[in-house]
Amino acid sequence: MKTYYNPEDLKKFGKIGEFQKSMADKFFDYYGEVFQEGALTAREKSLIALAVAHAIQCPYCIDANTVDTMEKGCDEEQMMEAVHVAAAIRGGASLVHSTQMMNKVKEISR
Amino acid sequence: MKSLKAQQHPLSKIANELEILNAPIKGISFASKLIESNLFPLKPTEIDVLQINMGKMCNQVCKHCHVDAGPDRKEIMSRETMQYCLEVIKNGKIKSVDLTGGAPEMNPEFRWFIEEVRKVSSDVQIIVRCNLTILLANPKYYNLPEFYKKNKIEVVSSLPYFTAVKTDSQRGEGVFEKSIKALKMLNNVGYGIENSELILNLVYNPSGAFLPASQEGLELEFKKRLKTGYEIDFNSLFTITNLPISRFLAYLLRSDNYDNYMEKLLQAYNPVAASNVMCRNTISVGWDGYLYDCDFNQMLELKVAAPSSQHISEWNKQSLLEREIVLKQHCFGCTAGAGSSCGGTTS
Repeated sequence: MKTYYNPEDLKKFGKIGEFQKSMADKFFDYYGEVFQEGALTAREKSLIALAVAHAIQCPYCIDANTVDTMEKGCDEEQMMEAVHVAAAIRGGASLVHSTQMMNKVKEISR
Repeated sequence: MKSLKAQQHPLSKIANELEILNAPIKGISFASKLIESNLFPLKPTEIDVLQINMGKMCNQVCKHCHVDAGPDRKEIMSRETMQYCLEVIKNGKIKSVDLTGGAPEMNPEFRWFIEEVRKVSSDVQIIVRCNLTILLANPKYYNLPEFYKKNKIEVVSSLPYFTAVKTDSQRGEGVFEKSIKALKMLNNVGYGIENSELILNLVYNPSGAFLPASQEGLELEFKKRLKTGYEIDFNSLFTITNLPISRFLAYLLRSDNYDNYMEKLLQAYNPVAASNVMCRNTISVGWDGYLYDCDFNQMLELKVAAPSSQHISEWNKQSLLEREIVLKQHCFGCTAGAGSSCGGTTS
């Protein structure tokens, strides 16, 4: 069965330079540097990436970053807490817009 | 849980394991990677470490155990074989004696052997790979920390994680709580304490089909969590990659993770780690005295390629130094990422 998402395609990510090499090279250099140890540890960055993967709902990123966080020594509880951070921000982003709704209601109500 | 052998599992037959491990990964063999790195044939550099398997008997049945150890395994090294080991330690310029199992402490000759090693050499490093729970398994083991201290033993213990859930899922129900008690027993006699000469190192291995975390980063996390949560001190954390043999191989096949895991090991091949693999300065002695390049080859019954020196009773250092190390696809486990050995990363 054909699907839009195929787990095997994740392994081809590194080959996107086939159609545009210089931009792909710049992206992967940048990507590599972003995830190195810095002011944040590689472990912290991996958890952020896992949370963002869920926020943007990218199946490839979720697979890749689940493995990466486990390979950074994180456990299931920490990983789920990171996903809850993403969910809280996403939920909060919806809810904070309710102030606009409330403003409008008050504007048009007697 | 029983050992694979007691279950009569197909992988308890070495021929079945080797059939799987002989197949190249994506057409690539471990030997071909070594050729690319100018390391083939892989040769020893020295024999510094004598790693001795005191027996396959163990009080635990861990899910990942490459020895397939457990209470139902009765293979135990005899005093006669230990005496041959003592001769080698005395005359072979061995720097480190690394005692493993199973639970090495369950061999009735364990204490005798250590005392004899100390008579032979007061300064040879003696490592005991202690599973921690053995210290609480029977009153006769309660004074082992004092015995270790008296004989200047370096203790290396597996603790897969700083939480009960992950540790128990790999090593058995209640193992984490007992391990914490055992670590306190070791701390109480001075092991792992700052400025103490008594060394206590812990070992982390992943609880599934993925590679270990950075040793340095995880050590900091372990130290923080074990100190704040349990007042436990230790010296270093060794991160070790699970090699695809025995129970871990059975898990990989059962969970349909084998191909992906092997591909991951292949992609993570590191030539620096390959040049530092532990088999280059180690000889592994089986419970029955046969000699192997490493503990993993021992479990696969791949004896050293030194026909005149395949048993400890016929030890011939020159012949062993001239041998070619026996390689299969499981060797990719020691060369992935930062490398893996019984002493942690290798690059």
